[in-house]
Amino acid sequence: MRGWMGKTKVFFVFLLLASFLAGCGIENLTALEPKGYGAEKSMDLIILTTLIMTGVFIVVMVIYVITLVRFRRKKGQEDYVPKQVEGNHKLEVIWTVIPIILVLVIAVPTVLATFDLSDDSKADELINVNVKGNQYWWHFEYAGEEIQTSQDLYIPTGERVYLHMLSSDVIHSFWVPSISGKMDVNAENVNTMYIEAYDEGVYWGKCAELCGPSHSLMDFKVIAVSPDEYDEWVNDMQNVDTDAEPENAVAQEGQELFEANNCMNCHATDSAASGIEAGPQNNGPFGPNLTNFGDRSRVAGILEHNKENLVDWIMDPESIKPGNKMTGQYPELSQDEAESIAEYLLQLKPSEITPESAGD
Amino acid sequence: MGMTSAQKRGFGATLWDWLTTVDHKKIGILYLAGGGFFFLLGGLEAVIIRIQLMSPENNFISAGLYNEMITMHGTTMIFLAAMPILLGLMNFIMPLQIGARDVAFPFLNSLGFWLFLFGGVLLNLSWFTGAPDAGWTNYAPLSIQSPGHGIDFYIMGLQLSGAGTLMGGINFIVTIVLMRAPGMTYMRMPLFTWTTFVASILILFAFPALTVGLFLMMFDRMFGSAFFDAALGGNAVIWQHLFWIFGHPEVYILILPVFGVFSEVFPTFAKKRLFGYTAMVFATFLIAFLGFMVWAHHMFTVGLGPVANSIFAVATMAIAVPTGIKIFNWLFTLWGGSIKINTAMLWSLAFIPSFTIGGMTGVMLASAVADYQYHDSYFVIGHFHYVIVGGTVFGILAGLHYWWPKMFGKYLHEGLGQISFWTFFVGFHLTFFIQHFLGLMGMPRRYWVFLENQGLDTGNLISSIGAFFMSFGVIVFLINIIYTTIKGKKAPRDAWGSGRTLEWTISSPPVHYNFKQLPLVRGLDPLWIEKTEGNEKMTPAEPVDEIHMPNGSILPLIMTIGFTIASYGFIYQTGNKYWLIAVYSGIAIALICMLTRSLKDDHGHHISKEELERVGD
Repeated sequence: MRGWMGKTKVFFVFLLLASFLAGCGIENLTALEPKGYGAEKSMDLIILTTLIMTGVFIVVMVIYVITLVRFRRKKGQEDYVPKQVEGNHKLEVIWTVIPIILVLVIAVPTVLATFDLSDDSKADELINVNVKGNQYWWHFEYAGEEIQTSQDLYIPTGERVYLHMLSSDVIHSFWVPSISGKMDVNAENVNTMYIEAYDEGVYWGKCAELCGPSHSLMDFKVIAVSPDEYDEWVNDMQNVDTDAEPENAVAQEGQELFEANNCMNCHATDSAASGIEAGPQNNGPFGPNLTNFGDRSRVAGILEHNKENLVDWIMDPESIKPGNKMTGQYPELSQDEAESIAEYLLQLKPSEITPESAGD
Repeated sequence: MGMTSAQKRGFGATLWDWLTTVDHKKIGILYLAGGGFFFLLGGLEAVIIRIQLMSPENNFISAGLYNEMITMHGTTMIFLAAMPILLGLMNFIMPLQIGARDVAFPFLNSLGFWLFLFGGVLLNLSWFTGAPDAGWTNYAPLSIQSPGHGIDFYIMGLQLSGAGTLMGGINFIVTIVLMRAPGMTYMRMPLFTWTTFVASILILFAFPALTVGLFLMMFDRMFGSAFFDAALGGNAVIWQHLFWIFGHPEVYILILPVFGVFSEVFPTFAKKRLFGYTAMVFATFLIAFLGFMVWAHHMFTVGLGPVANSIFAVATMAIAVPTGIKIFNWLFTLWGGSIKINTAMLWSLAFIPSFTIGGMTGVMLASAVADYQYHDSYFVIGHFHYVIVGGTVFGILAGLHYWWPKMFGKYLHEGLGQISFWTFFVGFHLTFFIQHFLGLMGMPRRYWVFLENQGLDTGNLISSIGAFFMSFGVIVFLINIIYTTIKGKKAPRDAWGSGRTLEWTISSPPVHYNFKQLPLVRGLDPLWIEKTEGNEKMTPAEPVDEIHMPNGSILPLIMTIGFTIASYGFIYQTGNKYWLIAVYSGIAIALICMLTRSLKDDHGHHISKEELERVGD
């Protein structure tokens, strides 16, 4: 009976361990399945350090277990007095020198990778995006392209994209675990990093620095598409027809409501609207750019992209993102009005290139 | 005076005695009680956090309250629980270990305790009007922009308790330098005394950085300066530097004293002297020194550039070397010994694998590029709880079980001790091991909710279940304290029968003057030396003679109340200038106390030779 119980226990522990190891998180969010240059560099070092440190841990545990098994006081040994050993010069040298060597083995690739990831010598020839972090949304302006967008950052696969990041309020941190490690977005200085995605996909981005009540809801996406699709997207975004009439009457009414209710004060529907300048002053934009809102992957960065959620957001953003800056900035709307506005916004689809192009 | 008269006093007199005490042992117990109270409060906050994170998109508490909860949990545990409990152990034990009758500045000792307690109470009063919500690191500009008075309570509360800690640190340094018994050379000091000494030096150099940071933030929030306001030419990153120049040594302030505890517990229960004593002392200094060189590893993602990141990465890795030396020295202290396992020993033995994991992940975090992934994720949460719980909390519990008979004259119950150990130990690993993976799976820290379908549900649920195990362990420990106080077994002087250091040569609990005659110390582990030579007692270094002891005083308490009133005034004068009355009157109270202390001579009291001979030892 006892033996059977023992075996089940071992089996159970094994099962538990296996399920831990299998659960590496979901694709395109987890850092454990790197899909970009920075994430791969980090993963190499994570693996190297984990292996070395596990080795150290095993050595410690072997000595520990042997000690506890061999030298535990047994019955009848109460009066035994062990030899009082002061130390052992040779042993002490060994456990000083070996760790120094191990540290060097970790230090050299760390330093090399640190310089590699901060290399911006060729930034001028590549795509440069000015990123602005805001409570609780992200703004992206493509330098020299006259394109702006928010929340979904489109990039081509296989190319380095340089991000020049600045915050309009408090510190945020730009993190797309599957593509790259994070970097803080400060209010006083522009921080530059680059990302490079290997495969097409919609990658989860997270804010990683406490920035207020809705810190955990400041999600965004990096949408990596093929270079051709990216060029097409750029072209589409540069040629948005701002005078186009919405398709149906509801949407037309929505557009009128959008204009009548101060929405334009903060939200541009034109991709080329005035750019952001470097500097700590929050000179706008004060709300996400909605040019390609119909193609967004999520409402407010977190909710499934559908009309119902959008209406909920317009009616009461506070209940979805506590502490957001949109609440109270516009007159109260009726359900019908909100639905019209939603209808209008969901029709803003200037490009064929959408999250679906990246396989979402 | 003495124990017999104290027991017969009424409640009022006993209360007065505790409020005015300058006895390092009583102040030690006060620190333990105050720190213990805040530990329970911080634990409650932790449980609320884990309930909120038990399932995705949970709505147990609101986003704003959640941020207050994490801020108060961190601040309380570091400043008001872990550090005061350690100060309590140091206060009680260190003077006994060096053969002293009190600390160098008993009045200052009392003042330090009351400042800590009132600072902690002040900080927690913020719960009634809105607690601080910018994280325990309180980064600007979020903290500058935080509405309400929460952050102001944080500033004033930490300023008060920080001043108390600084006083404690200075006091211990002077005590160890000047008040060692005859023959107690530096290299004969027990390791716990050594680590108290080094941790005090760290306090002396690290806390001023926090003090400065808090003052700058106070001016920014209350008097319109702009040290951290980028729009007016300030720089918020300066706060991060100041905070971590304090904050990283703070980690060593928390861990070095418990290294000392383990270095006492292992030799006692293995009946073997500490392996590599000299190396242990130097490793402690090396860790302390390097501890000041590595603060920017908390800031790898701030954008300091590759040169700074590389330098701080390599410096951080270097700390692994002296820490490794310590681990191996403990293992080889046990090797060849006669190991007796009881609760104190269980906590110490559990420390070795737990802290080694914390150290491993520490080296992993030091690799700057790998840290770009770990930083501000649950990996970091896992790491520092392995260090602070697996190190500091295990060490505190080992120390409490080990010294409880010395402090209170009774053994903690062994069975209850083991129940609390095993539940807490299992709960601890359940809670925090999985968090390393959660972090890498894309869960940043300080997240009020995590979304559905992100693969984070199971890990968070396991973590929350672990928290309940830990809570159960703590509750059993509390029951143990109550049980022991009522029915505990009485302890003799040398409570474990294999004590090696001076605290085991005097009665349990010690008389208020500790040593009737100061002992003559003839080497490392003085009691052990006497025992091996067949002596039952220490050789006295002086004849029985009058003992000079300090008088108690109510001034430290009144002075602290003055400072607290002034702090309260500072917090609220931003809205209503009438609160300046509180500022001025509070400071006036404190100044009058200082003046009284300066002008009124207090020569202490003497315990006569006759009384000493009557009491016996």
